[in-house]
Amino acid sequence: MYETSYHRAGSVSDAEAAIANAEDGKFLAGGQTLIATMKQRLAAPTDLIDLRHIADLKGIAKQADGSIRIGAATCHADVATNEDVRTSIPGLADLAGKIGDPHVRHMGTLGGSIANNDPAADYPAALMALGATVETNKRSLAAEDFFTGMFETALEDDEIVVAVTFPECTTSAYAKFPNPASRYSMAGVFVAKGDSGVRVAVSGAGQDGVFRVPEMEKALESQWSADAVANIKVPAEDMLSDIHGSSEYRANLVTVMAKRAVAALS
Amino acid sequence: MTTVTMTVNGKTVSGEVEDRTLLVEFIRENLELTGTHVGCDTSQCGVCVIHMDGKAIKSCTTLAVQASGSQITTIEGLATGDELHPVQKAFKEHHGLQCGFCTPGMVMAAVDMINRLGPNLDEATIRHELEGNLCRCTGYHNIVKAIKAAADEMAALPQAAE
Repeated sequence: MYETSYHRAGSVSDAEAAIANAEDGKFLAGGQTLIATMKQRLAAPTDLIDLRHIADLKGIAKQADGSIRIGAATCHADVATNEDVRTSIPGLADLAGKIGDPHVRHMGTLGGSIANNDPAADYPAALMALGATVETNKRSLAAEDFFTGMFETALEDDEIVVAVTFPECTTSAYAKFPNPASRYSMAGVFVAKGDSGVRVAVSGAGQDGVFRVPEMEKALESQWSADAVANIKVPAEDMLSDIHGSSEYRANLVTVMAKRAVAALS
Repeated sequence: MTTVTMTVNGKTVSGEVEDRTLLVEFIRENLELTGTHVGCDTSQCGVCVIHMDGKAIKSCTTLAVQASGSQITTIEGLATGDELHPVQKAFKEHHGLQCGFCTPGMVMAAVDMINRLGPNLDEATIRHELEGNLCRCTGYHNIVKAIKAAADEMAALPQAAE
């Protein structure tokens, strides 16, 4: 790892000041991707601004309208085990409990995961399928406007994810095919039914990161069953291809995971 | 260089480190607590697992500066004097190791598992919860047996959790 200077921010305004003073600074949350990337010398920020101790970025609260607001620095283990999340959006709790392994889930955070927008990360699928809103220190963004491509988001360099609000939904489930070694998603499908209808979003498989599958959403609107999506295939040319699986394999996994997610709710 | 201060196995320690120093390096090299190992160094294998503020984390993927101000428990801090922790005892009794390299991480992961989920663990849960720890010798069978035995013992003595 190249040299770096560490700053622990006590508040969002502290973090804003620290990044403004840094030559090539990066925000650090749980560090479960960033530290590993720095160790490989694939990232070499001059400064790290640690957001993990900012009280305003922590916690999970059920709001009056039934939505759930989760602070960006909340770790995956806390989302997975939170009673409100488990009751209101069980698919989200289940997803958080499938990220990495127990030790990674104690450090990795919701904000860190979505800000990195790794195509193999799980959370983006939940945000897209649930129609979540990302709150930053500057603005609020719909999930669909937040994720802009592989490892790309609408975030500016000095913008901090503060919280994510997930609207209430009727039912939700996430089915994931993890890479057996890394536990990263090779294809994960989040299915949610709510006031705005059925939404299906896919992690792990797409070349441009998370995406929705409108054909599956339409099919599930008219018939809520695993059979309804059994013959819907996403185009293989849009899928990732690597040593772990070809694009055709991943395209097939998307259909299989969609069936499993719906079956889990039927 | 930054001065970090933390409580390790009940004792307050501090040291001068570069900001890029990993927590596992601080523990092994500055504190000379070499029970915590480095295996894959890419947060896959779990031999570096320690507890920070009561939760299992991978100390090869955490900076020492991030841990400043926290409470750390390493494998050296589990036993009470000569009395091994129930999980350590069970690994010994059930031969939950061969070469022993993964053992500190396995034991720390097992203690965390029992702390989080309670001592009533079935075999499937134990196997699933070990997904962050690799063992290349045993095939896991005796590790699982050891954790089950320790959990059963701790069910009778819940105050011995950590």
